[in-house]
Amino acid sequence: MTTAPTDLERPASAEDAVVDRPWITIVWNDPVNLMSYVTYVFMTYFKYPREKAERLMMQVHNDGRAVVSNGRREEMERDVTAMHSYGLWATLSKGD
Amino acid sequence: MAVYGFRRGVTGRIVLRVDEVEKGLLTALLTQLVEFVEPDGELPDDPLAQLVGIDPGAETPDDPALARLFPDAYHDDPEAAAEFRRFTERSLRQTKVANATTALQTLARSGEKVTLTADEATCWLGAITDLRLALGSRLGISEESLEELAALPDDDPRVATYHVYDWLTFLQESLVQSVMP
Repeated sequence: MTTAPTDLERPASAEDAVVDRPWITIVWNDPVNLMSYVTYVFMTYFKYPREKAERLMMQVHNDGRAVVSNGRREEMERDVTAMHSYGLWATLSKGD
Repeated sequence: MAVYGFRRGVTGRIVLRVDEVEKGLLTALLTQLVEFVEPDGELPDDPLAQLVGIDPGAETPDDPALARLFPDAYHDDPEAAAEFRRFTERSLRQTKVANATTALQTLARSGEKVTLTADEATCWLGAITDLRLALGSRLGISEESLEELAALPDDDPRVATYHVYDWLTFLQESLVQSVMP
């Protein structure tokens, strides 16, 4: 899913205004969810092509985590909530 | 147990085949799941909080299974995680209750062949995931412990739970393959 960032929103905090970094959604590895299911979620929710979804899934599996989306804080909060509703373990934080 | 699981039928509908025992087991598990994830307690008597579903009492659950189903959204910021939880946990709980309830309804209306719409199949995916997360937490499943669990002696108290977990894994895999775009 691609979203064009807009400047219409007021920064969430003074810190946001100073440091112009996007927020990121991280999906963490867990020993329960199936690799096929994680791929399915990335394809279905983010509308990523299979190749990208599988690459991110393998990154979660091998590295323990992967950045699956980035954007404004509210967008990342929405993505994290969606991941939790799918049963994936996700967090958001400020990107590096 | 079943070797059929979920399949995509010739009409494109997703079909689950279960015998009476499996149906009874799934009904019991999903009923327990609803009770497990249901929001507890009434919202405070604040119309605005009720309107948007804010739950000022929501905290990171002590139960590891619940904590896995409702994780902190901020990894390194407990304050932000707590605030986010107050705004979102109740609606997340309602989503999970709705998934399990829909799955229960499809079982109740069917015999041994449960035919699902695409939306119902999505609810099943969520509900089986939540069941596996809860059981997996109870079993203490980790990447390392899976082999140990698969080789448990028959008199181990975890054997029955592990068999159910393993069966749900099979069902989930068959369902994912059926709905994969």
